[in-house]
Amino acid sequence: MNKLELISTLKDRTRLTKAEAAEVIKIFFDSLSRAFINGERVEIRGFCSFHIKEYKSYVGRNPKTGDKVRIPPKRLPFFKCGKELKERVDYKPHAP
Amino acid sequence: MALTKTIIAEQIQEKLDLPRTTAYEVMEEFLEIIKETIESGEDIMISGFGKFCVNEKKARKGRNPATDEEMTLPARRVVTFKCSGKLRDLINSRDTSL
Repeated sequence: MNKLELISTLKDRTRLTKAEAAEVIKIFFDSLSRAFINGERVEIRGFCSFHIKEYKSYVGRNPKTGDKVRIPPKRLPFFKCGKELKERVDYKPHAP
Repeated sequence: MALTKTIIAEQIQEKLDLPRTTAYEVMEEFLEIIKETIESGEDIMISGFGKFCVNEKKARKGRNPATDEEMTLPARRVVTFKCSGKLRDLINSRDTSL
């Protein structure tokens, strides 16, 4: 599912117009992006949480040529699945 | 402070001029759509943000580190997230235009 499908599904399941549904989704992901850029934690109960993980610089290799390359330090959002989603997505204990 | 659902709902309330409870309900409905989709095994791809993927993990042998007992860990289904290249660059630059 992509952003456009999310928008039309949200529109169908609420009283929002298509433009409003699009705005809600934009607000949601923009807020998360802004938090990541500011290095803030994100906690969406039942869905997921994120924190920014700092990775140190290291010497890696170009897998094609085998050349050594210095990988600069980087920051990435680290995803942790929420309890509810984790339980819902996993195989059910009584599933056939 | 961490970004929470309350803060996001307040932004929806302000920008869409909705009552507080409606803004919260709309956000919860949106989260429910995402959860249902992932639950059904379908990935969610948000351009400029990233991709939520459903990953099938095979059963494997593990060991209880406390008792040293060997056991088979059952097959699982887990959610992973891959950050988009665009967002990754934003996080790693000093650009805060968003």
